[in-house]
Amino acid sequence: MKRISFKLNFVLTTLFVIGTGFFLLWVSNSFGGYWDRIITLMGIYGIMAVSYTLVNGVTGIFSLGHAGFIAIGAYTAALLTLPIQQKAMSFFIEPLIWPLNSIQMGFLPATIIGGLVAAFAAFLVGYPSLRVTGDYFAIATFGFAEIIRIVIQNSYNITNGSLGLKSIPPYTTIWWAWGWLLVTVIVIGSLKFSSYGRALRAMSEDTVAARAMGIDVFKHQLISFVVSGFFAGIGGALYAHWLTTIDPRPTSLGIMLTFFVLIMIVIGGLGSISGAVLGAIFFAFFAQWLRIVESPMNFFGINIPGIPGMSMLIFAIIFILIMLFRRKGIMGKDELSWQYIYNYFSKKAGDQD
Amino acid sequence: MSSSNLIQDIINGLLLGGLYALIAIGYTMVYGILRLINFAHGDILMWGVYFALYAVVALSMPWWIAFVIGIALAGLLGFTVEKVAYKPLRSAPRISSLITAIGMSFFLESLAVVVWGGIPKSFNIYPKFFNRTLIFGHVRIQMLTFFILGVTFILLLAVLWLLYRTNTGTAMRAIATDIPTTSLMGANVNNIISLTFIIGSMLAATSGIMWAMRYPQVQPYMGFVPGMKAFIAAVIGGIGSVPGALVGGFLLGMTEIIVVGLFPNLAGYRDAFAYVILIVLLMFRPTGIFRVYSEQKV
Repeated sequence: MKRISFKLNFVLTTLFVIGTGFFLLWVSNSFGGYWDRIITLMGIYGIMAVSYTLVNGVTGIFSLGHAGFIAIGAYTAALLTLPIQQKAMSFFIEPLIWPLNSIQMGFLPATIIGGLVAAFAAFLVGYPSLRVTGDYFAIATFGFAEIIRIVIQNSYNITNGSLGLKSIPPYTTIWWAWGWLLVTVIVIGSLKFSSYGRALRAMSEDTVAARAMGIDVFKHQLISFVVSGFFAGIGGALYAHWLTTIDPRPTSLGIMLTFFVLIMIVIGGLGSISGAVLGAIFFAFFAQWLRIVESPMNFFGINIPGIPGMSMLIFAIIFILIMLFRRKGIMGKDELSWQYIYNYFSKKAGDQD
Repeated sequence: MSSSNLIQDIINGLLLGGLYALIAIGYTMVYGILRLINFAHGDILMWGVYFALYAVVALSMPWWIAFVIGIALAGLLGFTVEKVAYKPLRSAPRISSLITAIGMSFFLESLAVVVWGGIPKSFNIYPKFFNRTLIFGHVRIQMLTFFILGVTFILLLAVLWLLYRTNTGTAMRAIATDIPTTSLMGANVNNIISLTFIIGSMLAATSGIMWAMRYPQVQPYMGFVPGMKAFIAAVIGGIGSVPGALVGGFLLGMTEIIVVGLFPNLAGYRDAFAYVILIVLLMFRPTGIFRVYSEQKV
């Protein structure tokens, strides 16, 4: 089988990125606000899914705490970009503490600070949690995410408690979302294919053997967890400025969001970065498309009432069917590289001979 | 804090702890046998409550028959969930069964939203007699409290009797140690696993119905948080151990009520206690109080 050279790969990938850019430009100009919002959401979900698959797929430890880091990124960035008068208006139960009440900064620094705070939280969560393995790790990270959510819910002088933050400036455009997605994919992709990534994959296959080869398992897992937390925070910051209203209910920035991102990466294939992006696009698209099922419709003169909640039920069924019959999802652990496409088609051609 | 308040808190703690313990038994038995966190356990509880509610509302049955039907159907649901979702994955990597269990939980919740509607419903189908309050000095106790505590203790004794005094119980405990050897001894592994799921689900539904009587509201996500906390109770007691689940359940229930009683301004953080206890425990004694599993050997 022919290997595609590095130069060709680089050129094709650059062309692909530029092509995607023009496609996004075309879509946002010609379809207007609604699709613009959906495609922006695809990019945001993509960032969340790629960062989640780094931990749950590539590293092979199973975290259920992703929403906690997303929430931290969302709240940090939103508190930094909210206009000062708006803060004074929203925080009517208890005033916002200094210095947050007198800061207002641009979107880019706020997003990066959101990511850094989330990464620091990931360090604080990961350091103790990584001492346990398997499903205990899943439960410990879930517990931390719930603690984060409950603290947000009760800290009226920092996060406005259960009232949430309103009127966050709608800064997140298609370009911010997909630009950050590109950064996420480049960083996590280089991680996956560096010697560091090979160590991660070795650990996910067999932790004990990897340790015997001299890999510091704890350190590698912690780095992967912190990087994942950073991009989860970035995703959260973009998400907050897309939603413009955030609150700490379990259904908004709680376990439900972790479920959604888990569905994306299971559909895409655990451990595949391109799979995670595809899963995120699929999820965002169908979640919108399935709204048809939930609204009343007129079918040959018969009125079918809308069924609320139907779209989530369909996702749940897809999710279980994938786990039962095609555990690899779309991509398995592979990446949608030019080599992969070339191999796929040359295999097809070979079959026909 | 006066002594009558303390007595009141202890009774409430026992009540909550008993409800956690009933749910935790299902978690700990399933984990003991399959090493699987059955995330759907709390959602089976929720379905049992809805079954009971609709047996009264839609079929106008007497409340006690409705409760029995709700509990029995929850058992059937637990049986079905195991057969459909967990049995095919028994030889798959453990993480796959864990993800499937999360998917199953999500499925049961979404299905409940579609079937029963997402709006919380009031659970007022039990006779008013349970709401009568008895007053002992400064302590006020509802009849409901006696009912719940009574049912909880009878069921806990019944489970312990089943596990430690019958052949079926012996088979259950044997399977938790070693599946192949137990099947060589003539125990039907599949039947025992099904039975475990049925018993666990029925206990959870019983707990859920009493939960709904105590906090009279029913909604599709009502099972998730009690389910997670009951799982934590099982971990506190030492997962895999049924007596451990009982002790863990009562410890957790008592802690939640008494800490809030002592420090009322922590009330908003009540739901976080369980997770804090869990994390501290996982750091220092991951095997829980009743050590069942030691560290994994290679």
